[in-house]
Amino acid sequence: MNNNGLVKLFARLGAPLTDRLIKLGFACRFFVSILRHSPTSLLRFQLTMREIWFAGVLSVLIIAVSGLFVGMVLALQGYETLVRFGSSSALGILVSLSLVRELGPVVGALLFASRAGSAITAEIGLMKATEQLAAMEMMAVNPIARVVAPKFWGGVLSMPLLAAMFSAMGIFGGYLIGVQLLGLDPGSFWSQMQSSVDFRGDVLNGVIKSVFFGVAISLIAVFEGYDAPPTAEGVSRATTRTVVTSALVVLALDFVLTAFMFTGM
Amino acid sequence: MKRGMIDFWVGLFAVAGAVALLFLAIKVSSQSTLPAASTYSVSANFENIGGLKVRAPVKSAGVVVGRVTGIELDPNLYVAKVTLALDSRYHFSRDSSAQILTSGLLGEQYIGLEPGADDKNLEPGGRIAITSSAVVLEQLISRFLFSKAETAGEQTPTEHAQ
Repeated sequence: MNNNGLVKLFARLGAPLTDRLIKLGFACRFFVSILRHSPTSLLRFQLTMREIWFAGVLSVLIIAVSGLFVGMVLALQGYETLVRFGSSSALGILVSLSLVRELGPVVGALLFASRAGSAITAEIGLMKATEQLAAMEMMAVNPIARVVAPKFWGGVLSMPLLAAMFSAMGIFGGYLIGVQLLGLDPGSFWSQMQSSVDFRGDVLNGVIKSVFFGVAISLIAVFEGYDAPPTAEGVSRATTRTVVTSALVVLALDFVLTAFMFTGM
Repeated sequence: MKRGMIDFWVGLFAVAGAVALLFLAIKVSSQSTLPAASTYSVSANFENIGGLKVRAPVKSAGVVVGRVTGIELDPNLYVAKVTLALDSRYHFSRDSSAQILTSGLLGEQYIGLEPGADDKNLEPGGRIAITSSAVVLEQLISRFLFSKAETAGEQTPTEHAQ
Protein backbone atom coordinates (compact mmCIF):
# COMPACT_ATOMS: atom_id res chain seq x y z
CA MET A 1 0.00 0.00 0.00
CA ASN A 2 2.79 2.34 1.02
CA ASN A 3 4.74 1.15 -1.97
CA ASN A 4 1.83 2.08 -4.22
CA GLY A 5 1.81 5.65 -2.81
CA LEU A 6 5.51 5.99 -3.52
CA VAL A 7 5.02 4.87 -7.10
CA LYS A 8 2.27 7.45 -7.53
CA LEU A 9 4.53 10.17 -6.11
CA PHE A 10 7.31 9.33 -8.54
CA ALA A 11 4.85 9.14 -11.40
CA ARG A 12 3.55 12.61 -10.55
CA LEU A 13 7.11 13.99 -10.30
CA GLY A 14 8.13 12.42 -13.55
CA ALA A 15 5.00 13.26 -15.54
CA PRO A 16 6.04 16.81 -16.62
CA LEU A 17 9.43 15.49 -17.72
CA THR A 18 8.01 12.62 -19.75
CA ASP A 19 5.38 14.94 -21.23
CA ARG A 20 8.12 17.30 -22.42
CA LEU A 21 10.23 14.45 -23.73
CA ILE A 22 7.27 13.05 -25.65
CA LYS A 23 6.64 16.50 -27.11
CA LEU A 24 10.30 16.93 -28.05
CA GLY A 25 10.35 13.51 -29.67
CA PHE A 26 7.21 14.35 -31.63
CA ALA A 27 8.78 17.66 -32.68
CA CYS A 28 11.85 15.82 -34.02
CA ARG A 29 9.66 13.37 -35.94
CA PHE A 30 7.64 16.32 -37.24
CA PHE A 31 10.83 18.10 -38.40
CA VAL A 32 11.95 15.00 -40.28
CA SER A 33 8.58 14.67 -41.97
CA ILE A 34 8.66 18.37 -42.97
CA LEU A 35 12.07 17.80 -44.54
CA ARG A 36 10.79 14.70 -46.31
CA HIS A 37 7.85 16.58 -47.80
CA SER A 38 9.90 19.68 -48.62
CA PRO A 39 10.95 18.72 -52.16
CA THR A 40 7.37 18.20 -53.32
CA SER A 41 6.17 21.43 -51.74
CA LEU A 42 9.17 23.46 -52.89
CA LEU A 43 8.49 22.34 -56.46
CA ARG A 44 5.19 24.20 -56.19
CA PHE A 45 7.03 27.35 -55.21
CA GLN A 46 3.88 29.47 -55.48
CA LEU A 47 2.78 28.15 -52.06
CA THR A 48 6.08 29.10 -50.44
CA MET A 49 5.96 32.45 -52.23
CA ARG A 50 2.68 33.25 -50.50
CA GLU A 51 4.22 32.36 -47.12
CA ILE A 52 7.30 34.53 -47.79
CA TRP A 53 4.90 37.36 -48.51
CA PHE A 54 2.99 36.61 -45.33
CA ALA A 55 5.97 36.10 -42.99
CA GLY A 56 8.63 38.21 -44.68
CA VAL A 57 7.15 41.08 -46.64
CA LEU A 58 4.62 41.99 -43.98
CA SER A 59 7.38 42.03 -41.33
CA VAL A 60 9.59 44.45 -43.26
CA LEU A 61 8.02 47.58 -41.79
CA ILE A 62 8.39 46.59 -38.13
CA ILE A 63 11.91 45.25 -38.77
CA ALA A 64 13.03 48.38 -40.59
CA VAL A 65 11.58 50.82 -38.07
CA SER A 66 12.90 48.87 -35.06
CA GLY A 67 16.31 48.56 -36.70
CA LEU A 68 16.44 52.28 -37.31
CA PHE A 69 15.58 53.10 -33.70
CA VAL A 70 17.93 50.49 -32.24
CA GLY A 71 20.78 51.90 -34.33
CA MET A 72 19.97 55.46 -33.26
CA VAL A 73 19.86 54.50 -29.57
CA LEU A 74 23.14 52.59 -29.92
CA ALA A 75 24.77 55.63 -31.47
CA LEU A 76 23.52 57.97 -28.72
CA GLN A 77 24.53 55.66 -25.88
CA GLY A 78 27.82 54.65 -27.47
CA TYR A 79 28.76 58.28 -28.08
CA GLU A 80 28.20 59.10 -24.39
CA THR A 81 30.70 56.43 -23.39
CA LEU A 82 33.24 56.82 -26.19
CA VAL A 83 33.53 60.58 -25.92
CA ARG A 84 34.94 60.15 -22.39
CA PHE A 85 37.92 58.30 -23.83
CA GLY A 86 38.27 60.70 -26.70
CA SER A 87 37.57 57.96 -29.20
CA SER A 88 34.20 59.03 -30.52
CA SER A 89 35.39 58.29 -34.05
CA ALA A 90 35.09 54.60 -33.16
CA LEU A 91 31.31 55.01 -32.94
CA GLY A 92 30.85 53.47 -36.38
CA ILE A 93 32.72 50.34 -35.27
CA LEU A 94 30.64 50.03 -32.13
CA VAL A 95 27.31 50.44 -33.92
CA SER A 96 28.12 48.20 -36.87
CA LEU A 97 29.79 45.38 -34.94
CA SER A 98 27.06 45.13 -32.33
CA LEU A 99 24.34 45.22 -35.00
CA VAL A 100 25.94 42.86 -37.50
CA ARG A 101 27.12 40.31 -34.96
CA GLU A 102 24.36 40.31 -32.36
CA LEU A 103 21.47 42.71 -32.50
CA GLY A 104 20.53 42.28 -36.14
CA PRO A 105 20.09 38.51 -35.98
CA VAL A 106 18.81 38.33 -32.38
CA VAL A 107 16.43 41.28 -32.12
CA GLY A 108 15.33 40.61 -35.71
CA ALA A 109 14.55 37.02 -34.72
CA LEU A 110 12.63 38.08 -31.60
CA LEU A 111 10.54 40.52 -33.64
CA PHE A 112 10.04 37.90 -36.33
CA ALA A 113 8.88 35.36 -33.73
CA SER A 114 6.30 37.71 -32.30
CA ARG A 115 5.17 39.14 -35.63
CA ALA A 116 5.20 36.11 -37.94
CA GLY A 117 5.71 33.07 -35.70
CA SER A 118 2.59 33.75 -33.66
CA ALA A 119 0.54 34.26 -36.83
CA ILE A 120 1.78 30.96 -38.31
CA THR A 121 0.86 29.09 -35.11
CA ALA A 122 -2.58 30.69 -34.94
CA GLU A 123 -3.30 29.92 -38.58
CA ILE A 124 -2.29 26.25 -38.41
CA GLY A 125 -3.96 25.84 -35.00
CA LEU A 126 -7.23 27.26 -36.31
CA MET A 127 -7.03 25.12 -39.44
CA LYS A 128 -6.71 22.14 -37.15
CA ALA A 129 -9.52 23.33 -34.84
CA THR A 130 -11.89 23.82 -37.76
CA GLU A 131 -10.85 20.39 -39.11
CA GLN A 132 -9.45 21.77 -42.35
CA LEU A 133 -6.32 19.66 -41.94
CA ALA A 134 -8.46 16.53 -41.42
CA ALA A 135 -10.49 17.46 -44.50
CA MET A 136 -7.30 17.70 -46.56
CA GLU A 137 -6.27 14.27 -45.47
CA MET A 138 -9.69 12.99 -46.50
CA MET A 139 -9.00 14.37 -49.96
CA ALA A 140 -5.62 12.60 -50.01
CA VAL A 141 -3.79 15.94 -49.75
CA ASN A 142 -0.96 15.74 -47.26
CA PRO A 143 -1.37 18.72 -44.91
CA ILE A 144 2.34 18.72 -44.09
CA ALA A 145 3.30 19.06 -47.74
CA ARG A 146 0.47 21.48 -48.57
CA VAL A 147 0.35 23.74 -45.47
CA VAL A 148 3.18 23.12 -43.00
CA ALA A 149 6.26 22.82 -45.23
CA PRO A 150 5.58 26.02 -47.23
CA LYS A 151 5.09 27.98 -44.00
CA PHE A 152 8.30 26.50 -42.61
CA TRP A 153 10.34 27.39 -45.69
CA GLY A 154 8.72 30.80 -45.96
CA GLY A 155 10.01 31.60 -42.47
CA VAL A 156 13.45 30.08 -43.05
CA LEU A 157 13.98 32.03 -46.28
CA SER A 158 12.67 35.32 -44.88
CA MET A 159 14.68 35.43 -41.66
CA PRO A 160 18.21 36.10 -43.03
CA LEU A 161 16.90 38.82 -45.35
CA LEU A 162 15.03 40.48 -42.49
CA ALA A 163 18.10 40.30 -40.23
CA ALA A 164 20.25 41.88 -42.94
CA MET A 165 17.67 44.66 -43.36
CA PHE A 166 17.61 45.19 -39.59
CA SER A 167 21.40 45.57 -39.48
CA ALA A 168 21.49 47.84 -42.53
CA MET A 169 18.74 50.08 -41.17
CA GLY A 170 20.44 50.15 -37.76
CA ILE A 171 23.74 51.25 -39.26
CA PHE A 172 21.90 53.90 -41.23
CA GLY A 173 20.27 55.06 -37.96
CA GLY A 174 23.69 55.15 -36.32
CA TYR A 175 24.95 57.24 -39.23
CA LEU A 176 22.02 59.65 -38.87
CA ILE A 177 22.71 60.21 -35.16
CA GLY A 178 26.51 60.02 -35.25
CA VAL A 179 27.20 62.09 -38.34
CA GLN A 180 24.13 64.24 -38.85
CA LEU A 181 23.24 64.99 -35.23
CA LEU A 182 26.47 64.67 -33.23
CA GLY A 183 28.67 66.00 -36.02
CA LEU A 184 31.23 63.21 -36.34
CA ASP A 185 33.30 63.13 -39.48
CA PRO A 186 31.51 60.93 -42.03
CA GLY A 187 34.79 59.81 -43.61
CA SER A 188 36.26 58.41 -40.41
CA PHE A 189 32.85 56.99 -39.42
CA TRP A 190 32.66 54.83 -42.55
CA SER A 191 36.35 54.05 -42.98
CA GLN A 192 36.92 52.95 -39.38
CA MET A 193 33.82 50.79 -39.68
CA GLN A 194 35.05 49.27 -42.90
CA SER A 195 38.52 48.54 -41.61
CA SER A 196 37.38 46.67 -38.52
CA VAL A 197 34.30 44.79 -39.74
CA ASP A 198 35.30 41.65 -41.58
CA PHE A 199 32.91 40.35 -44.21
CA ARG A 200 33.50 36.67 -43.54
CA GLY A 201 34.09 36.86 -39.82
CA ASP A 202 31.31 39.26 -38.89
CA VAL A 203 28.70 39.72 -41.62
CA LEU A 204 28.55 36.13 -42.83
CA ASN A 205 28.53 34.77 -39.28
CA GLY A 206 25.58 37.05 -38.54
CA VAL A 207 23.77 35.69 -41.58
CA ILE A 208 24.52 32.10 -40.50
CA LYS A 209 23.12 32.91 -37.06
CA SER A 210 19.91 34.25 -38.56
CA VAL A 211 19.51 31.11 -40.70
CA PHE A 212 19.67 29.02 -37.52
CA PHE A 213 17.16 31.32 -35.83
CA GLY A 214 14.87 31.14 -38.86
CA VAL A 215 14.86 27.33 -38.75
CA ALA A 216 14.25 27.31 -34.98
CA ILE A 217 11.42 29.86 -35.00
CA SER A 218 9.67 28.42 -38.05
CA LEU A 219 9.86 24.90 -36.65
CA ILE A 220 8.52 25.99 -33.25
CA ALA A 221 5.74 28.01 -34.86
CA VAL A 222 4.47 25.27 -37.20
CA PHE A 223 4.91 22.60 -34.55
CA GLU A 224 2.99 24.48 -31.85
CA GLY A 225 0.20 25.13 -34.33
CA TYR A 226 0.07 21.51 -35.44
CA ASP A 227 0.24 20.24 -31.85
CA ALA A 228 -2.33 22.71 -30.42
CA PRO A 229 -5.47 21.29 -28.82
CA PRO A 230 -8.32 22.02 -31.28
CA THR A 231 -10.07 24.54 -29.03
CA ALA A 232 -10.08 28.32 -28.81
CA GLU A 233 -8.13 28.14 -25.58
CA GLY A 234 -5.72 25.61 -27.00
CA VAL A 235 -4.89 27.83 -29.99
CA SER A 236 -4.39 30.89 -27.82
CA ARG A 237 -2.07 28.97 -25.49
CA ALA A 238 -0.12 27.57 -28.43
CA THR A 239 0.36 31.09 -29.81
CA THR A 240 1.74 32.29 -26.49
CA ARG A 241 3.98 29.25 -26.24
CA THR A 242 5.39 29.94 -29.70
CA VAL A 243 6.54 33.42 -28.74
CA VAL A 244 7.92 32.37 -25.34
CA THR A 245 9.67 29.23 -26.58
CA SER A 246 11.14 30.91 -29.66
CA ALA A 247 12.49 33.78 -27.56
CA LEU A 248 14.18 31.38 -25.16
CA VAL A 249 15.49 29.13 -27.91
CA VAL A 250 16.83 32.10 -29.91
CA LEU A 251 18.71 33.49 -26.92
CA ALA A 252 20.12 30.12 -25.89
CA LEU A 253 21.06 29.26 -29.47
CA ASP A 254 22.68 32.68 -29.80
CA PHE A 255 24.94 31.93 -26.84
CA VAL A 256 25.99 28.60 -28.32
CA LEU A 257 26.61 30.03 -31.80
CA THR A 258 28.52 33.03 -30.42
CA ALA A 259 30.69 30.71 -28.35
CA PHE A 260 31.48 28.76 -31.51
CA MET A 261 32.03 31.73 -33.83
CA PHE A 262 33.65 34.52 -31.90
CA THR A 263 35.92 32.88 -29.35
CA GLY A 264 39.28 31.24 -29.73
CA MET A 265 40.44 33.57 -32.47
CA MET B 1 -4.16 39.51 -52.46
CA LYS B 2 -3.83 38.56 -56.10
CA ARG B 3 -1.12 36.15 -57.12
CA GLY B 4 0.68 38.68 -59.32
CA MET B 5 0.79 41.19 -56.49
CA ILE B 6 2.25 38.57 -54.11
CA ASP B 7 4.97 37.79 -56.64
CA PHE B 8 5.69 41.48 -57.03
CA TRP B 9 6.04 42.11 -53.30
CA VAL B 10 8.08 38.97 -52.68
CA GLY B 11 10.37 39.98 -55.51
CA LEU B 12 10.73 43.44 -54.03
CA PHE B 13 11.40 41.86 -50.62
CA ALA B 14 14.16 39.66 -52.05
CA VAL B 15 15.71 42.66 -53.80
CA ALA B 16 15.57 44.71 -50.58
CA GLY B 17 17.22 41.87 -48.66
CA ALA B 18 19.92 41.54 -51.30
CA VAL B 19 20.51 45.29 -51.23
CA ALA B 20 20.83 45.20 -47.43
CA LEU B 21 23.38 42.37 -47.66
CA LEU B 22 25.25 44.18 -50.41
CA PHE B 23 25.33 47.32 -48.27
CA LEU B 24 26.77 45.30 -45.38
CA ALA B 25 29.30 43.71 -47.72
CA ILE B 26 30.50 46.80 -49.55
CA LYS B 27 29.93 49.82 -47.36
CA VAL B 28 30.23 48.31 -43.87
CA SER B 29 32.81 45.54 -44.09
CA SER B 30 35.93 44.66 -45.96
CA GLN B 31 37.61 41.44 -46.96
CA SER B 32 40.60 41.70 -44.70
CA THR B 33 41.75 38.12 -45.03
CA LEU B 34 43.89 37.59 -48.08
CA PRO B 35 42.93 34.66 -50.30
CA ALA B 36 45.13 31.70 -49.51
CA ALA B 37 46.21 31.15 -53.11
CA SER B 38 48.09 34.40 -53.52
CA THR B 39 50.27 34.22 -50.42
CA TYR B 40 53.53 32.55 -49.43
CA SER B 41 54.49 31.82 -45.87
CA VAL B 42 57.67 32.62 -44.02
CA SER B 43 58.48 32.22 -40.35
CA ALA B 44 60.26 34.31 -37.79
CA ASN B 45 61.42 33.55 -34.25
CA PHE B 46 60.84 36.10 -31.55
CA GLU B 47 62.06 36.01 -27.95
CA ASN B 48 58.82 37.58 -26.82
CA ILE B 49 55.73 38.33 -28.87
CA GLY B 50 53.93 40.39 -26.23
CA GLY B 51 50.27 40.60 -27.18
CA LEU B 52 50.60 39.60 -30.83
CA LYS B 53 47.56 37.67 -32.07
CA VAL B 54 46.86 35.38 -35.00
CA ARG B 55 45.50 37.44 -37.97
CA ALA B 56 47.44 40.51 -36.87
CA PRO B 57 48.64 42.52 -39.87
CA VAL B 58 52.17 42.46 -41.26
CA LYS B 59 53.17 45.90 -42.49
CA SER B 60 56.06 47.22 -44.46
CA ALA B 61 56.39 51.00 -44.67
CA GLY B 62 52.90 51.12 -43.17
CA VAL B 63 51.31 49.10 -45.97
CA VAL B 64 49.61 45.83 -45.03
CA VAL B 65 51.52 43.11 -46.90
CA GLY B 66 50.33 40.02 -45.04
CA ARG B 67 48.85 38.42 -41.94
CA VAL B 68 50.07 36.39 -38.99
CA THR B 69 48.76 32.87 -39.56
CA GLY B 70 50.25 30.94 -36.68
CA ILE B 71 51.97 31.42 -33.34
CA GLU B 72 53.59 28.58 -31.42
CA LEU B 73 56.37 27.96 -28.95
CA ASP B 74 59.47 26.28 -30.34
CA PRO B 75 60.02 23.47 -27.81
CA ASN B 76 63.80 23.31 -28.34
CA LEU B 77 64.77 26.97 -28.38
CA TYR B 78 61.97 28.28 -26.13
CA VAL B 79 61.23 31.12 -28.52
CA ALA B 80 57.96 32.01 -30.19
CA LYS B 81 57.75 30.81 -33.78
CA VAL B 82 55.46 33.10 -35.76
CA THR B 83 54.25 32.10 -39.23
CA LEU B 84 53.44 34.92 -41.63
CA ALA B 85 51.44 34.71 -44.84
CA LEU B 86 52.81 37.42 -47.17
CA ASP B 87 51.12 38.68 -50.30
CA SER B 88 52.85 37.05 -53.27
CA ARG B 89 53.01 40.41 -55.07
CA TYR B 90 55.64 41.57 -52.59
CA HIS B 91 59.11 40.12 -52.23
CA PHE B 92 61.56 40.89 -49.47
CA SER B 93 65.28 40.40 -49.41
CA ARG B 94 66.75 37.57 -47.34
CA ASP B 95 68.19 39.86 -44.69
CA SER B 96 64.94 41.68 -44.00
CA SER B 97 64.23 42.26 -40.33
CA ALA B 98 60.94 41.84 -38.48
CA GLN B 99 59.93 43.65 -35.34
CA ILE B 100 56.77 43.65 -33.28
CA LEU B 101 55.30 47.13 -33.05
CA THR B 102 52.23 48.69 -31.52
CA SER B 103 49.96 51.02 -33.42
CA GLY B 104 49.35 53.97 -31.15
CA LEU B 105 49.74 53.84 -27.40
CA LEU B 106 47.02 51.27 -26.71
CA GLY B 107 46.49 49.93 -30.21
CA GLU B 108 46.83 46.42 -31.58
CA GLN B 109 50.25 44.87 -32.14
CA TYR B 110 51.51 44.14 -35.62
CA ILE B 111 54.69 43.00 -37.30
CA GLY B 112 56.78 45.56 -39.12
CA LEU B 113 59.03 44.33 -41.92
CA GLU B 114 62.17 46.33 -42.60
CA PRO B 115 63.66 45.46 -46.01
CA GLY B 116 67.34 44.59 -46.16
CA ALA B 117 70.00 44.98 -48.85
CA ASP B 118 70.64 41.37 -49.92
CA ASP B 119 69.84 40.78 -53.60
CA LYS B 120 68.44 37.29 -52.87
CA ASN B 121 64.79 37.23 -51.82
CA LEU B 122 63.04 35.31 -49.06
CA GLU B 123 61.87 31.96 -50.39
CA PRO B 124 58.44 30.55 -49.47
CA GLY B 125 58.96 28.65 -46.22
CA GLY B 126 62.03 30.71 -45.42
CA ARG B 127 62.91 32.26 -42.10
CA ILE B 128 63.46 35.88 -41.19
CA ALA B 129 66.66 35.79 -39.13
CA ILE B 130 66.83 39.30 -37.75
CA THR B 131 63.98 39.96 -35.35
CA SER B 132 63.35 42.17 -32.38
CA SER B 133 60.82 41.34 -29.71
CA ALA B 134 57.80 43.19 -28.53
CA VAL B 135 58.31 45.85 -25.93
CA VAL B 136 56.86 44.63 -22.67
CA LEU B 137 55.94 47.53 -20.45
CA GLU B 138 56.83 45.77 -17.18
CA GLN B 139 60.35 44.94 -18.41
CA LEU B 140 60.79 48.49 -19.61
CA ILE B 141 59.79 49.89 -16.23
CA SER B 142 61.95 47.45 -14.26
CA ARG B 143 64.95 48.17 -16.49
CA PHE B 144 64.41 51.86 -15.94
CA LEU B 145 64.13 51.39 -12.15
CA PHE B 146 67.28 49.24 -12.01
CA SER B 147 69.30 51.75 -13.98
CA LYS B 148 68.00 54.48 -11.69
CA ALA B 149 69.06 52.47 -8.65
CA GLU B 150 72.50 51.90 -10.14
CA THR B 151 73.16 55.57 -10.80
CA ALA B 152 71.87 56.39 -7.32
CA GLY B 153 74.19 53.73 -5.86
CA GLU B 154 77.25 55.22 -7.58
CA GLN B 155 76.74 58.51 -5.83
CA THR B 156 76.64 57.03 -2.31
CA PRO B 157 79.79 57.45 -0.17
CA THR B 158 80.34 53.68 0.22
CA GLU B 159 80.74 53.42 -3.51
CA HIS B 160 83.33 56.19 -3.45
CA ALA B 161 85.31 54.42 -0.76
CA GLN B 162 85.80 51.38 -2.98
